[in-house]
Amino acid sequence: MSSIQPPSEILWWKQPLDRVEGTWIGIALVWSLIMFIMMPLWHVYGKQNLSNEAYRTTPEAFQAKTQAMVDQYTVRTETDMQIPVVRPPPGSDVYLIARLWQWWPLLELEKDQTYRLHIASMDWQHGFSLQPVNINTQILPGYEMVITVTPDTSGDQTIICNEYCGIGHHNMVGKIYVTEEN
Amino acid sequence: MSSQPLFRTCPESGLQFHKPAEWLMRANAVAAVVLLMFGGLLAVGVTLTRWPAFHLLPADIFYQVLTLHGINMLIFWIIFFEIAVLYFCSSTLLRCRLATPKLAWAAFGLMIGGAVLNNITVLGGSSTVMMTSYVPMPAAPNFYLGLILFAVGALIGCFIFLGTLVIAKEEKTYEGSIPLVTFGALTACIIAVFTIASGAIILIPTWLWSLGYIAHIDAAMYRLVWWAFGHSSQQINVAAHVAVWYAIAAIVFGAKPLSEKVSRMAFLLYIAFLQLASAHHLLVDPGLSSEWKIFNTSYAMYLAVLASMVHGLTVPGSIEVAQRAKGLTKGLFEWLRKAPWGNPTFSGMFISLIGFGFIGGISGVVMGTEQINIIIHNTIYVPGHFHATVVLGTTLAFMSLTYFLIPVLFRRQLVFPVLAKWQPYLFGIGMAVFTLAMMGAGTLGVERRHWDMAFADSALGFDYPASAYTMMGIMGISGMAAIVGGAVFVLVTVLSVFFGKRVESESGYSLATSRLMRAEPGIEHAGGHAAAGKWGFAAPGTFVFALFFLAIFVAYYVVNWKYLASVWPLS
Repeated sequence: MSSIQPPSEILWWKQPLDRVEGTWIGIALVWSLIMFIMMPLWHVYGKQNLSNEAYRTTPEAFQAKTQAMVDQYTVRTETDMQIPVVRPPPGSDVYLIARLWQWWPLLELEKDQTYRLHIASMDWQHGFSLQPVNINTQILPGYEMVITVTPDTSGDQTIICNEYCGIGHHNMVGKIYVTEEN
Repeated sequence: MSSQPLFRTCPESGLQFHKPAEWLMRANAVAAVVLLMFGGLLAVGVTLTRWPAFHLLPADIFYQVLTLHGINMLIFWIIFFEIAVLYFCSSTLLRCRLATPKLAWAAFGLMIGGAVLNNITVLGGSSTVMMTSYVPMPAAPNFYLGLILFAVGALIGCFIFLGTLVIAKEEKTYEGSIPLVTFGALTACIIAVFTIASGAIILIPTWLWSLGYIAHIDAAMYRLVWWAFGHSSQQINVAAHVAVWYAIAAIVFGAKPLSEKVSRMAFLLYIAFLQLASAHHLLVDPGLSSEWKIFNTSYAMYLAVLASMVHGLTVPGSIEVAQRAKGLTKGLFEWLRKAPWGNPTFSGMFISLIGFGFIGGISGVVMGTEQINIIIHNTIYVPGHFHATVVLGTTLAFMSLTYFLIPVLFRRQLVFPVLAKWQPYLFGIGMAVFTLAMMGAGTLGVERRHWDMAFADSALGFDYPASAYTMMGIMGISGMAAIVGGAVFVLVTVLSVFFGKRVESESGYSLATSRLMRAEPGIEHAGGHAAAGKWGFAAPGTFVFALFFLAIFVAYYVVNWKYLASVWPLS
């Protein structure tokens, strides 16, 4: 009697189930269905869902939209590289560029306000990883991803790149500053 | 060929080896272990660099070493071994001559050539692109060509396996249906054909793109098709190592499936649903709808998870029934307590089963939940998960089988049997702690494929909490322990195969002797074989164990939803 030999019964598919197997299959199936239902339920009742809103774009088009926002809403610059810090009005469309090896520009958002955050890559694939709140998404060239986000904690958040993008990957850092409402 | 088939029968195991198949299995297994050794050396570099206390390699070398480590371990080592397993499960288990051995050598040559070409290209420094080689980051054309050649060789190996099944049926070398283990190998082979086809569909255009014949490869399309190759190749492993679990249960305990129907149905569910899981990598990608993500990431309502939960019960359940039939019926767990824990073939297999289920399985389902993926995608949690499935699960299962194959296939005695006895524990426990530490660090947001978690060279910087550094330290220590465990395996097997004392086999090669007979019917206890168990259950200890597993699964699942609920609202 062994699993490395042909089944002892010729009509093995007519063998009745063992009770232990039948019971376990029932339990496992119920659990599988619960896990399956949880995802659509979270879309209805949960608050953390990606809308999957996305558009095709080009580096030039996305750069232009981002530049327009930067020109209008820059409040200061940071570091020796004079990276602009942009404070767009609540409810507006906010643009964030991922490129080798920078998140541009830096953003300043207001707590408990909602923004439409557009992100696209100018070159290779990147990973948007917001820490410490821990939100992670994939950023692709040619695709403009839109996430509607409501920061509900104030303080500094750091954007890290968590998709390998070459030798400067580990230096690709950006910031989202969340301020208390005025 | 059929006029002069050369077979020898192993006197200890009763297995019958076809001479050309025997040499092909040896060659593939040796190539596998050599690549495992290379991958293990690279693992030292990766581990000691990500262990913050050492931070050993410079950034460029680290990324190069990580690329090599991933490809050699996840593709080359495992698939070479799987080809050996396929030949074993067809030719050896069915007592049949192997189909077209010359073509099998050509396949072996292609795989070696492809693996060498790919490795040389990455070592040259032009293709530090990680295993995934995401476009539009370019690699040298030979990077893709090496993978394509390797895949063609593996595909030929798959068809030789299928051809051998046809010959076995045609020449009636076995009675009735193919054994469950061969059925599991067939599952692995079918998944492999799907996998390699997907690989061809994406890697051939990408190769042409790298040569300049194609202008553009869409990044989202690349990810979708590449993962049908990249993730499915890991599903070959799942099917193969589950087959190996059943094989070891049969070899060590004479175990028979609780019911053939259930175990085979579970393999069929793998064939139907497992490949949908390439979606696991695309859950936070732009361009795909939630409906698509939910259906695919859950393998259509978790039917492949159901299959794994069934195997997780029936493999130890079959062992329990076999042990109870031998009189080990005291309490719920005497059968397990008195199992041969000093036999590395058994202990490795059992640690593989536990590690794959409890760590790899649960983490995989949790991180593969559409929304929960937001807090896990591309953190070091991900390699934590797949080291639990592919290393703790597949690699350890293959190591266990190797301990059995050294006397049976290579006709050598194990050198250092005491080292071999401890190896599965060192490797398994080291790897288990390593994966848990990575998952802990990933939960704290530490990224994968990243040279410097301290961001020392960045103008803006970021500080992870101290606990993240502690986790990465634990990862370093346990990772090195696992590497030592892996080195012991390589040492024992290589020395045994090349310098071990020969096992003298009385019988030389001759014509095939006997057909493979159907298994003996099980001993029927009065009142059915459930009477040896409890509560009408044939395997009550396993059932209690399964409920314990489910409790942990549910608790961990709920905890992760709660964690997700604490994140900024997104829509």
